[in-house]
Amino acid sequence: MKLINKTTIGWLVVAIAGFLVLQLAVTTGIISAYYEITLVTILINIILAVGLNLIIGFSGQFSLGHAGFMAIGAYTAGIITKYFPTYTGLFLGILAGVILTSIVALIVGIPTLRLKGDYLAIATLGVAEIIRIVIVNMQSVTNGAAGLSGIPYLSKWPLIYVFTVLTILLVANYTQSSPGRATIAIREDEIAAESMGVNTTKYKTIAFILGAATAAIGGALHASYFSVIRPGDFTFNKSVDVLIIVVFGGIGSITGSVVAAILLGFLNVFLQPFGALRMIIYALALIGIMIFKPSGLLGNKEFTVSGLLRLFNRKSAQGEG
Amino acid sequence: METFFQQMINGLSLGSIYALIALGYTMVYGIIKLINFAHGDIYMVGAFIGYTMIHSFGMGFFPALLTAMALSALLGVLIERIAYKPLRHATRIAVLITAIGVSYLLQNGMLYFYGAEVRSFPQVVDNTLFEVAGLQVSRIQLLIFATTLVLMVLLQFIVQKTKMGKAMRAVSTDSSAAQLMGINVDNVISFTFFLGSALAGAAGVLVGLYYNTIDPMMGVAPGLKAFVAAVLGGIGFIPGAVLGGFTIGIVETLVSAYGNSMIRDAVVYGILILILIIRPAGILGKHVKEKV
Amino acid sequence: MKKTLLLGVAALSLFAAGCGAGSGAGDEDTIQLGAMFEKTGPVSAYGTAESNGVKLAIKEINEAGGILDKQIELTEYDTKSDNVEATSIATRLATEDNVVAIVGPATSGAVQAATQPITRAEVPLITPSGTADNLTLTESGDVQPFVFRTSFQDSFQGVALANFAMDSLGAKKAVIIGDSSSDYAVGLTNAFKDTYEGEIVAEEYFTQDDTDFSAILTKIQNQDFDFIYLPAYYEQAGLILKQAREMGLDQPVLGGDGFSNQALLDLAGTENVSDVYYSAHFSLENEDEQVQTFIDNYTAEYDTAPDAFSALAYDAVYLVAQAIEDGGEATPEAITDALESITDFDGVTGTFSIDENHNPVKSTLIIELQDGKETSTQEIQP
Repeated sequence: MKLINKTTIGWLVVAIAGFLVLQLAVTTGIISAYYEITLVTILINIILAVGLNLIIGFSGQFSLGHAGFMAIGAYTAGIITKYFPTYTGLFLGILAGVILTSIVALIVGIPTLRLKGDYLAIATLGVAEIIRIVIVNMQSVTNGAAGLSGIPYLSKWPLIYVFTVLTILLVANYTQSSPGRATIAIREDEIAAESMGVNTTKYKTIAFILGAATAAIGGALHASYFSVIRPGDFTFNKSVDVLIIVVFGGIGSITGSVVAAILLGFLNVFLQPFGALRMIIYALALIGIMIFKPSGLLGNKEFTVSGLLRLFNRKSAQGEG
Repeated sequence: METFFQQMINGLSLGSIYALIALGYTMVYGIIKLINFAHGDIYMVGAFIGYTMIHSFGMGFFPALLTAMALSALLGVLIERIAYKPLRHATRIAVLITAIGVSYLLQNGMLYFYGAEVRSFPQVVDNTLFEVAGLQVSRIQLLIFATTLVLMVLLQFIVQKTKMGKAMRAVSTDSSAAQLMGINVDNVISFTFFLGSALAGAAGVLVGLYYNTIDPMMGVAPGLKAFVAAVLGGIGFIPGAVLGGFTIGIVETLVSAYGNSMIRDAVVYGILILILIIRPAGILGKHVKEKV
Repeated sequence: MKKTLLLGVAALSLFAAGCGAGSGAGDEDTIQLGAMFEKTGPVSAYGTAESNGVKLAIKEINEAGGILDKQIELTEYDTKSDNVEATSIATRLATEDNVVAIVGPATSGAVQAATQPITRAEVPLITPSGTADNLTLTESGDVQPFVFRTSFQDSFQGVALANFAMDSLGAKKAVIIGDSSSDYAVGLTNAFKDTYEGEIVAEEYFTQDDTDFSAILTKIQNQDFDFIYLPAYYEQAGLILKQAREMGLDQPVLGGDGFSNQALLDLAGTENVSDVYYSAHFSLENEDEQVQTFIDNYTAEYDTAPDAFSALAYDAVYLVAQAIEDGGEATPEAITDALESITDFDGVTGTFSIDENHNPVKSTLIIELQDGKETSTQEIQP
C-alpha cells in the first residue's frame, strides 16, 4: 500500500482547503453554533457511512449492525473520558473503543460472514440488538437505560474533521491496496475470487473489522461532542440512517457517501421547521430518489479531481467551439 | 407443572401473533426476495382500519375484519405497484431502502392524521376466560391461534394446489423463465402482496382486539420480531413462518418465566444467530447449492 | 458529471435556504418563545400531549392580551425523539431564533442533550416532564443555571410511593414490575428500592415495545405478595393492569405519575382499575376553578381530556409568563433571574415555588382508583 502518491496528495490538498474554508466560516460567524452542530453531525455521518460502505459497497456484505459497533465505541470512549477528562483520555478512549469493537467484530464476523446477503443482514441486526441489550443490563458500568451524561466535551469540530479525513484516507487507500482489490473481487464474484486463490473469509473479515472500527471512531466522537449517550441512540433506526446515506450516495462510492451525508444533513436543516410533516416529506423523498435513481447519486463511480479537470477542459473546449 | 403449561399457552398465543405477521413477510420474500420492512406497518394500518370501522362506522367484528383485510390488501398492492415495481431490476438494497421509506411514510402518515397517543380498541368480542384443568385460555387467544393455523393451511393450499400458486412458485424459482412460459409475473407479484397484506391487516385487527391497544408505532417491534421468526423458520416457506413464530413466542415466554426478563430479546437474537450459523437457510429452509 | 455539478448547486441552494430560515429574529412587539418536543418517534405520545398544552396556554395568554402587552409567538420544532436532533434544535432555538425561553423537551435524555447548548447561549429551558434527579444539577453537583422543571423528581415520587406503601397500605411484600427501557421508570424503581423497608419478593422487567405480559404475570401468580409496584407509563401500565386482573391477580397496584392519563382506564377497562394508587400532579376531579377551566378549554380545543403531560407543559408556559411579568422584561437573563425566585406559583398542577436546585417544591397527590373512579386522594407534602 503506497500512502504517498499523486492522488493522495491531491485529496490532502482538498482536505486542507476544506478545513481552511470551514475555519474561516466559523471564525467569521457564517457557521454559527447551530450550523456547527449540523457540520459535526455531517462529519460523524461521513465517518459512519464511509465505514459501512467499505463493508457493503466494497466487500459486498450486507450489514445492518453498524449502530451496535458505534455504541461500543461511544460507551468505551465515554466511560474512559469520564475518568480521564483530558485529550490523552479521549485518544485512549477512542483507541480502546476501536480495539474492543474490532475484537467483537472478529468474534461476530468469523461465523456470520459465511452467511449470504439477507441472512448476514439479519444476523448483524441481531448482533447490534444484543450489544444494546448488554449495555442496558450493565447498569453499574453504563448506567443502563438512563445512559451516560456529562461526558467531557473534548472533540471540537476540527478534531472531528481530522478524524473524518483520516477515515476517508484509510478506507480509500485500503480499497486501492492489494487486499482491497481482493475484497472488491469478492464483491464482484465470490466463487471466481475464491478459485483464483483469494482467501475470501479473511478479506471479508478484514473489511468487516475495518468498517466496525470506523463505526467505533464515529461513536466515540459522537459521545465526546454531544456529551450524552444512551442505549436508545443506537437502535436499528441508527443503522438504517447510515445505510440510507450509503445507498443514497451510491453503493461502493466513497465520495458518494460524503456527498450524500452532506445533502441529507442540509435536508434535515431545511425540513426542521416542518414539524411532524418533516418525516412524511423525508419518507416521500427517500422513495422518490430510489425510484428515479436506484443506484444512488454517484452509482459506484468516484468523484475525482482529475475527472473535474477533464470536465472543465471539455466545457472550455465547447465554449470556444 | 401447571405453571409450565400455562406458560406454554402464553408462549403459543404470543407466537401465533408473530406467525400471523411472519406469513406475509415470508410470502413476499419467497417471491421477490425483498425484506418488506413496510409489512409491519401494513399490519398497523390494518389495525387502524379495523378500529375506524368499529368505532366510527359501528361495524361488527367480522365485517370490520373483512374490510380491514380488503383495504390492507389494496394498500399492499398499491405500494407494490407504485414503489416496488419500478425497481424490479434495481439492486435489492435499493428496494430495501424504498421499503424502509414506505415504512416511514405509513408510520408518520398515521401519526399525522391519527395522532401519536395510544387508542384502546373497541371490545366487540366477549373475552371470556375458559379454565381447563387449572389452565386459563381466553376466547381471543383461541381465535388468534385458530386463525393462524387456518390461514397457514389455506395459504399452503393456495401455493401448492391452485394455478395461481403454481405460478407463484414458478416466479419464485426463476422469474424470467416463468415469464417465458407465459406467466404474467407482475400479476403474480401483485397477488402475493394482496395475500400478504390481507393477512397483515387481519393480524392487526386481531392483535388490536386481543391487547386492546393500537398506535402508529405498533408495527415496528412485532414487525422486526416476525421477520426474525420468518428467517428462523426458513424464509420463503409458509410452515417455516409459523414454526418460527411459535418458536420465538415460546422462547420469549420461557426466558421471562424461568430466566431474566431483561435479557429476553438478547436470547431470541442469540438463538437466531446460532440457527443461521448451523442451518443458514433457517430450520425448514432448503439449502440451495451455489451455481458457478 | 453534469449531475455532480447540479448537485453542488442544489447543496448550495439548500444551504442558503437553511441560513435564510434561521435568521428570522423576532420584532419588538412580540415575545419569542421556543418549544421543542418529541412529536414523532417512539415517545411521540408524551411530546404531542405537551405540545398541545403549550399551544393552549399561549392561545389563552394571547387572547387575554399577552404579557406586558406583547403577544407570544411560538417557534416549535420536533426532536424526532432523537437526542442529536435535540441538541441541534436547542441550539437553533437559542442562537438562530433568539427565543427568550424554551419549553420542553419531554424526556430526561433529550433535556440532557439540550443542556449544553442552552447553557452556552444562556437561555432558560423549562422541561415539563424531565424527571431524572440529576437534570438540574451539573456533574459536580452544582445547580444547572438554565435548566428548570415543573414536575417533581423521580426520587421524590419513588420515596413518596414507598412510604405510602408502608404507612397507608401496611404492605410487607412487594413485587416490582418495571419498564427497563425508560430512565423514568428505572429512576422510580431505584428510589423505591432505596426507601422501601419490606421484602421485595420478585422483580420483573419489560420494555416499551411489549404488549404481552402474560409470562411475567404468570410467573408472579404463585408468589405471596401484598402489592405490585408498577413504575411505567400508562401505555404499558394499562395493559398490565388488564392482563393481571383478568388473570386473577387482585393485589393493590402502585404507580407513578405516568399513570395519569385517561388512556390508562381505556386500555385496562374500568372494571379492572380497582385498588390502584398512583402519585399525580393533578386530578381531573379537582374542583378548583382554574383546573376545571383548563380541563374544559383543553377538551374543547383537542377533543380529549388533558393528561399530566399536557398539564405540566401548560404550567411551564404560565411559569414563563409569570417570570416575564415579575422580571418586567422579556429577555433570557431577566426570565432566568425571575424563575429562580418564583414563589407560590398557582398552576393547574398545584401551587409551588422553585427551590435553589430549580425544582418545584410541590406536594404530590396519591390518588386511589376503584372501578376506574377516583375515590380518595391523599396529599403528601415534600
